[in-house]
Amino acid sequence: MSGPVLEMRGITKTFPGVKALCDVRLTVGAGEIHAICGENGAGKSTLMKILSGVHQHGSYDGEIRFEGRRAAFKDIRDGERHGIVIIHQELALVPYLSIAENIFLGNERSSRGFIDWNDTLRRASALLKRVGLREKPGTAVADIGVGKQQLVEIAKALAKEVKLLILDEPTAALNDEDSAGLLDLILELRDQGIACIMISHKLNEIRAVADSVTILRDGRTIETLTVRQTPSSTPRLSEDRIIRGMVGRDLDRRFPERTPYEGEDAGSLALSVRGWTVRHPVDHQRKVVDDVSLTVRRGEIVGIAGLMGAGRTELAMSVFGRSYGQYVAGTVAVGGREVSTKTVPAAVAAGIAYVTEDRKRYGLNLIDDINRNISLPSLPGMRRGGTGLFGGFGGLAGFVDAHHERAVAERYRRTMNIKAPTVFEQVGRLSGGNQQKVVLSKWIHADPEVLILDEPTRGIDVGAKYEIYTVIDRLAAAGKAVLFISSELPELLGMCDRIYTMAEGRLTGEVDRADATQELLMRHMTRNRS
Amino acid sequence: MTTTTTPPSGAPAAPSAEESTGALLLRGMRTNMRQYGMLVALAFLVVLFQIWSDGTLLLPSNVSNLIQQNGYILILAIGMMIVIIAGHIDLSVGSLVAFVGAMSAVMMVRHDLPWVLALVLSLLIGAVAGAWQGFFIAYVGIPSFIVTLAGMLLFRGLTQIVLEGQSLSPFPDGFQNIAKGFVPEMGPYTQYHNPTLVIGLATVAFLVLREWRGRKQQLAYDLDVPPTGLWVAKLVAVGAAVIAFTLTLASFHGVPVVLLIMCGLLIGLGYVMRHAVVGRHVYALGGNKAAAKLSGVKDKRVTFLIFVNMGVLAALAGCVYAARLNAGTPQAGLNFELEAIAASFIGGASMSGGVGTVMGAVIGGLVLGVLNNGMSLVNIGTDYQQVIKGLVLLAAVGFDVWNKRRVGR
Repeated sequence: MSGPVLEMRGITKTFPGVKALCDVRLTVGAGEIHAICGENGAGKSTLMKILSGVHQHGSYDGEIRFEGRRAAFKDIRDGERHGIVIIHQELALVPYLSIAENIFLGNERSSRGFIDWNDTLRRASALLKRVGLREKPGTAVADIGVGKQQLVEIAKALAKEVKLLILDEPTAALNDEDSAGLLDLILELRDQGIACIMISHKLNEIRAVADSVTILRDGRTIETLTVRQTPSSTPRLSEDRIIRGMVGRDLDRRFPERTPYEGEDAGSLALSVRGWTVRHPVDHQRKVVDDVSLTVRRGEIVGIAGLMGAGRTELAMSVFGRSYGQYVAGTVAVGGREVSTKTVPAAVAAGIAYVTEDRKRYGLNLIDDINRNISLPSLPGMRRGGTGLFGGFGGLAGFVDAHHERAVAERYRRTMNIKAPTVFEQVGRLSGGNQQKVVLSKWIHADPEVLILDEPTRGIDVGAKYEIYTVIDRLAAAGKAVLFISSELPELLGMCDRIYTMAEGRLTGEVDRADATQELLMRHMTRNRS
Repeated sequence: MTTTTTPPSGAPAAPSAEESTGALLLRGMRTNMRQYGMLVALAFLVVLFQIWSDGTLLLPSNVSNLIQQNGYILILAIGMMIVIIAGHIDLSVGSLVAFVGAMSAVMMVRHDLPWVLALVLSLLIGAVAGAWQGFFIAYVGIPSFIVTLAGMLLFRGLTQIVLEGQSLSPFPDGFQNIAKGFVPEMGPYTQYHNPTLVIGLATVAFLVLREWRGRKQQLAYDLDVPPTGLWVAKLVAVGAAVIAFTLTLASFHGVPVVLLIMCGLLIGLGYVMRHAVVGRHVYALGGNKAAAKLSGVKDKRVTFLIFVNMGVLAALAGCVYAARLNAGTPQAGLNFELEAIAASFIGGASMSGGVGTVMGAVIGGLVLGVLNNGMSLVNIGTDYQQVIKGLVLLAAVGFDVWNKRRVGR
């Protein structure tokens, strides 16, 4: 191996209000497979976006040297011209175009503005052979599986004469067989001299193919470890060693003191999910949630830990009115009684609330005000004169008591400390933390027995996090059952009474607060089926 | 486990200090810029054409005429606004106007049905037509653009089939009065039309009472209210406008029946959109469909109801238009859908849904109506009228886009 093909030094990137990367360095040797590891939000994707030109030169500090020369990419095409190609987790293929057209999209084989179809098809066939995909170049991309689509992406990269290939979670959506095939292909490409950076959560895959691994944490480079000495030698690095690097930080966040719930029914079962199984909405072969059973008691905060793609959000959303995927099996009981959660109104009526991880997409009407966002799920209960004459018609009829509604919104603005001049402020103008408080208010006012909180502190600053924790504690102290989904292990350790771990759609562990450590959780979370 | 009670953040920010009257007014204006902007534009147009037409525009006879000329478009615009708020569009209303007009003519002219019965049946036809389209949009999931484009062809064709290509007339007087009639005169002779004066005064009393009760309730709930001076000034301005309008109408034949219908819709549907659960669900769906569904909004049922409502309003507009022409004709309602859509967008609707008010639709419709009427009064040809209306639509939405970008999201 000669000198490094890529050197990134002192990379610092700030987004408004957040420092995403701080003085990160990364060195990739020629013809090397280099893995990047880190928790969600550690800065892996941001680093790759800088490298590939998504974030243009000048929007970050630091230096990139590629093949010994300083690299300053204006945009992603500029990066590709130099031979750096990124393949994102969500594939960037146009489903109704053919494989050949996709391979040369934006890079068309043409003369004088017209596409040379013979050249296109000939080259596409050659590329497909190279990546080992036995499909005709004229087949539409929509007609082949995800695993094959991944190969088309790689063929597309090869068409651009790639020297450094970046793969973001390449096997996250693939089954075991396709994953193995893809890893073999990456090894083959390395032998042809193409370097590869691979972001992955699957530690066994990293051990199987990577030459070295760089660990990021909180936007900083922690360490770079050598996995194997020569490409063919057996790996010397253990998975535990990588895990230690990923989580090895002090508990530097603070959590409020818990007030235990002391009602008569303390400790009685609030939520019980049995044998919950859900298939992927499009790819019906894949079980996204597989036979999950869990319980939450009154006044208890129970965490669900898992890496990206573990199926936590999918579990929560499908339990909440089957809002995700295709339901296969499973029952839900609230307060010991089996309930239907077939639709969102049914789930709400059963006493379940779900606070989404993606508040902008699923949680809020950004163009409306705080007042109306908070009241939306509770509108039927805010009708003037109760149900009465307008009671029928599925709760749609009847008029909202605007003054009562506004008084409710004002109350939450005060108690939740939502920083806005009035409740008529547009929600889209609030900061992330304040938006999150609006979503929480909305569901707290719906007065559920069970709250499923999905990443409730994602993308908000430390101060607002503490306020959210306080609210969650208050809910538990009032006898609510809280199911707390989070990617931040310290947060789960600091807040929860019990923690379940998920990997690849299954529950892989249940740990009591007293026994829980980050290492133990991470071990459960990275346990694969294979 | 590390568990401490030290909050890392400082003291919570104090709620913002009392805003000055001016700032309050400005903020209110800015949040609803397009509607206020159009209200100002409407006033400007009225003044402009009033001067240009040497005072003809605001003659009592012309004001009456203006209302009767634009009634059906305003009715359509109200329904269209609701459809657009929900994030949909309805291209079929012009054809539906023709179809319902034709059916009413068939019922009254060919079969001599009493006009009240025919009117009720016509509205029912509209509801069924709306339900037909609503079913495909809400429950089958075909985009509203496609379904109503099909409806546009379908209802136009049905109109021609029903009428066999002919016009049908005349209508009974009672039916014609929907479009041409006025509230009948009563009581002793004054200089003015008595019932109109009563209606005007009742309206003022109602507005004042409602404002006063609302304010009292807000105070009871311990909510912030606008300063008293500002509140009184607003009441006086609104009251004066209503009285001036009343006197104008009262010195001609009085309140046109169409105006009563329109005001009923404006108040009724305006109230539903603001305060009814179903109305609020429409805004939620248009603003963020995914979030609304996850909040328990029954998206399909609400969408269905919106199109039934649009169907009934199109039918009502169809009857008004047929009554005004005193005939059911195959060519009725051509391009009405475009006028209604333009009125909605001028009045503050957004292409992406979630924004707009029923009042806005009426203001947008009036802007177009005053433009039409005023330009005719000063003898601008229909060719130039179209060019100008196109530019006004572009300018209205362009101004809004520019204003939003300037304020910053």
